Amino acid sequence: MKEVINLPVKNIEEEEYHINMGPQHPSTHGVLRLVVSLQGEIVQNLKPHCGYIHRGIEKMCEKDTYPQIVHLTDRMDYLSAHINNHAVCLLVENALEIDVPERVKYIRTIVDELNRIASHELWWCSFGMDLGGLTCFFYGLRDREKILDIFEESFGSRLLHSYYTPGGLMQDIHPNFQKRVKEFIKYFRKKIKDYDDLLTGNIIMQERTKGVGILTVEDAVAYGVTGPSGRGSGFSCDVRKHHPYAMYDKVIFNEILMHEGDTFARYMVRMYEMRESMKIIEQLIDNIPAGDFSAKMKAVIKLPAGEYYQRVEAARGELGVYVISDGNKTPYRMKFRSPNFSNLSALDHISRGGKIADLVAIGGSLDYVIPDIDR
Amino acid sequence: MDNTTLKEKIQGLLPGAEFQENKQFITFIIPADQMHDLALKLKNEPDLAFDFLFCLSGVDMVKYMEVVYHLESTLHRHQLVLKVRMYDREHPAADTVCDIWKTADFHEREVFDLLGITFNHHPDMRRIFLDDNWKGHPLRKDYVDEVNIVEL
Amino acid sequence: MAFSIYDFTSFTRSIDTFLYDNLSPFWALIVEMTIIGLLVLVFYALVGLFLVYAERKVCAFMQNRIGPNRVGPYGIIQTIADLFKLLMKELVYIKNADKLLFNIAPFIVIIASFMAISAIPFAKGLHAIDFDIGVLYVIAVSSLGVVGILLAGWSSNNKYSLIGAMRSGAQIVSYELSVGLSLLTIIILAGTMQFSAIVEGQADGWFIFKGHIPAFIAFIVFLIASTAETNRGPFDLAEAESELTAGYHTEYSGIKFAFFFLAEYMNMFIVASIAATVFLGGWMPFHVGDWEGFNRIMDFIPPIFWYFGKTAFVIFMMMWFKWTFPRLRIDQLLTLEWKYLLPINLVNILVMAFIVLMGWHF
Repeated sequence: MKEVINLPVKNIEEEEYHINMGPQHPSTHGVLRLVVSLQGEIVQNLKPHCGYIHRGIEKMCEKDTYPQIVHLTDRMDYLSAHINNHAVCLLVENALEIDVPERVKYIRTIVDELNRIASHELWWCSFGMDLGGLTCFFYGLRDREKILDIFEESFGSRLLHSYYTPGGLMQDIHPNFQKRVKEFIKYFRKKIKDYDDLLTGNIIMQERTKGVGILTVEDAVAYGVTGPSGRGSGFSCDVRKHHPYAMYDKVIFNEILMHEGDTFARYMVRMYEMRESMKIIEQLIDNIPAGDFSAKMKAVIKLPAGEYYQRVEAARGELGVYVISDGNKTPYRMKFRSPNFSNLSALDHISRGGKIADLVAIGGSLDYVIPDIDR
Repeated sequence: MDNTTLKEKIQGLLPGAEFQENKQFITFIIPADQMHDLALKLKNEPDLAFDFLFCLSGVDMVKYMEVVYHLESTLHRHQLVLKVRMYDREHPAADTVCDIWKTADFHEREVFDLLGITFNHHPDMRRIFLDDNWKGHPLRKDYVDEVNIVEL
Repeated sequence: MAFSIYDFTSFTRSIDTFLYDNLSPFWALIVEMTIIGLLVLVFYALVGLFLVYAERKVCAFMQNRIGPNRVGPYGIIQTIADLFKLLMKELVYIKNADKLLFNIAPFIVIIASFMAISAIPFAKGLHAIDFDIGVLYVIAVSSLGVVGILLAGWSSNNKYSLIGAMRSGAQIVSYELSVGLSLLTIIILAGTMQFSAIVEGQADGWFIFKGHIPAFIAFIVFLIASTAETNRGPFDLAEAESELTAGYHTEYSGIKFAFFFLAEYMNMFIVASIAATVFLGGWMPFHVGDWEGFNRIMDFIPPIFWYFGKTAFVIFMMMWFKWTFPRLRIDQLLTLEWKYLLPINLVNILVMAFIVLMGWHF
């Protein structure tokens, strides 16, 4: 694949040179190519080249039925797979005006929040590793394994589950589910203090992240940076609060907002969000009502003609699903508003003037997952 | 601002706007050459303040090409959908809004890449996902690719 | 030949007289030098092997895993297996690299650490070269390694390697100052630069205790500065895996990469030996004042075990740092040296000189 880089060649000063980070690189999380223009160690500008994992999901959706589309959404942001599934299922259910049973809503919320914790754990371990604290990688993964074991027992797979389906769930949760989740919460409350001891309180880490990669709140809104990255700048964008779905309007939790907008703020937002997720799960796990695990759906799901938009809070930001339906069983056009795509567009702006080492820290704190960018 | 006031306000700003029925959002169809000015007004008026463009999509309705803008105001928390239609399938062109909402930069490149709609005055109008020398725009309804698309 | 594990002097003296009796002085010297050279080579290889294994095990236990445990009992033959693998790897020739410099660079790094090892006393009498300017010699010689690193980065004809080598060069040259000054603090206390005299002078207590506050501060500064000297731990920006892939040794493969790898561990060993010798008493057992019984028990352990034990302790500390802390950025690294460690060192030297003059040390 021969690609010609048409960079605007205005005045290249003598000491400016280009460095290529990726597509295979230990710290761009996935296949992303960043062409960084440097002067010494200072980043002048940055051009991301995406598309290495573009699979044409939106085109495929035009030929797939709605239950089949749920399986495709797993593969976009695979670390918050359940939440992606939730978006499509909610869209279909709201379009058809179906009321899912209470049990389904409880379970979906609990599993979404568990998924959020697992995703943030993976973020933490790779962020520590990028900064050089290699031990963090193993601690984060060890705790994430506990969640993945719970998922495997109930849903059958560790990473790409496709557990939700329009109307409810594919099957009921395992009898051990509640007990194991409660054990996990107790275990993780202790472990998260270890995380703070190891990385958050470390002076080296704080020196490398405070004041680095500042994103003002106006820029966050302009670039569409949502999720923990946006909330670290003070942009109140939590879809669970502004457009609640599932059980989110019935549980008590805080939207974490910080106003400095630097890497450390984005880091702290995610650390607090893990605690908030545990709070949500604790409020729900003991009260799951008995009932069906799925509403009665027709064999072939056809959405009435029209346009529908559904927003959910994925682990990395606001995921939007926009469907134009012409009354058939496959959508006419399906568009995924992916959070990572917008988050990446801010990378150029906030890494200018920093060093390469800062670029790695900033990329880690924006926490982009490339398959979601490329779809 | 509730929906009826919003609807009246937009119709007041641009009498040529055509209202479209939609259960979720207030939707207007805007002539392509007036989009940029309207967008500026929508962003800058204090009681509208649409500063968050949360989705920019391109659609290939066979008779015309469409660009759909989903807007939200972080201040007033109201949403709006604008649509721009281009009837020229060979060279559809719209005005860029990336000087108003910076997030449109990447989104418009994606629409160009996958649907072929060019945006006038865009600073960097080139493909974003596919190779620079790719022929065709895959999301179009008349796109044929013997090699990469498997028809079942 | 009399052999006593507590005092190698009689053993080495007997070999010396044997050689000088039977050969002309010139040839005796040559034979002695060859024997010492071979011993240093073998020691280098063995310690390198052991250190690589130790690092992997220590790292694994800190990261909640087991580490090598398949090749040999508890994985002790793992490093030898790695060595075979590295020897069999294809030596990739870089087209536009400066061939002479590219090939010489690993050897320079190894030679620098060889020369430094030979001046350290392992036990009483087991001392290859006993200069009267021992400390100065060791500091001077270990700074030759930076030449090798810069050559490696330059001759690889690779942007990443060059950036890594420049960072490393700046780092090593800066931290040499702190290393030298912290050692100077103890030299003031000891009154001599000769290693054997420094160790003998600690017979009634290690310098870190004798010199109390300034010696302790000097020890901490020395630990930090020497970790930075050897490109280890939180200062391993030159080989930052997650940023520049492998820094200055990106383009090396096979045996040449093995040299860089080995040289890093041996540098760590050398630095730990210097710390053990100068601050912690070298091969001197741990004596406490007049506790006769306690001192007798401590004396029972042969000095060579004391020496290796102390070195192992310092090496463990250095490994602990590496696997706990994230790494510093280049400008933070240099700020640490020039704005913090250097002034602390200078003030510390003044305090130590004052204490020695007033006789306020133990």
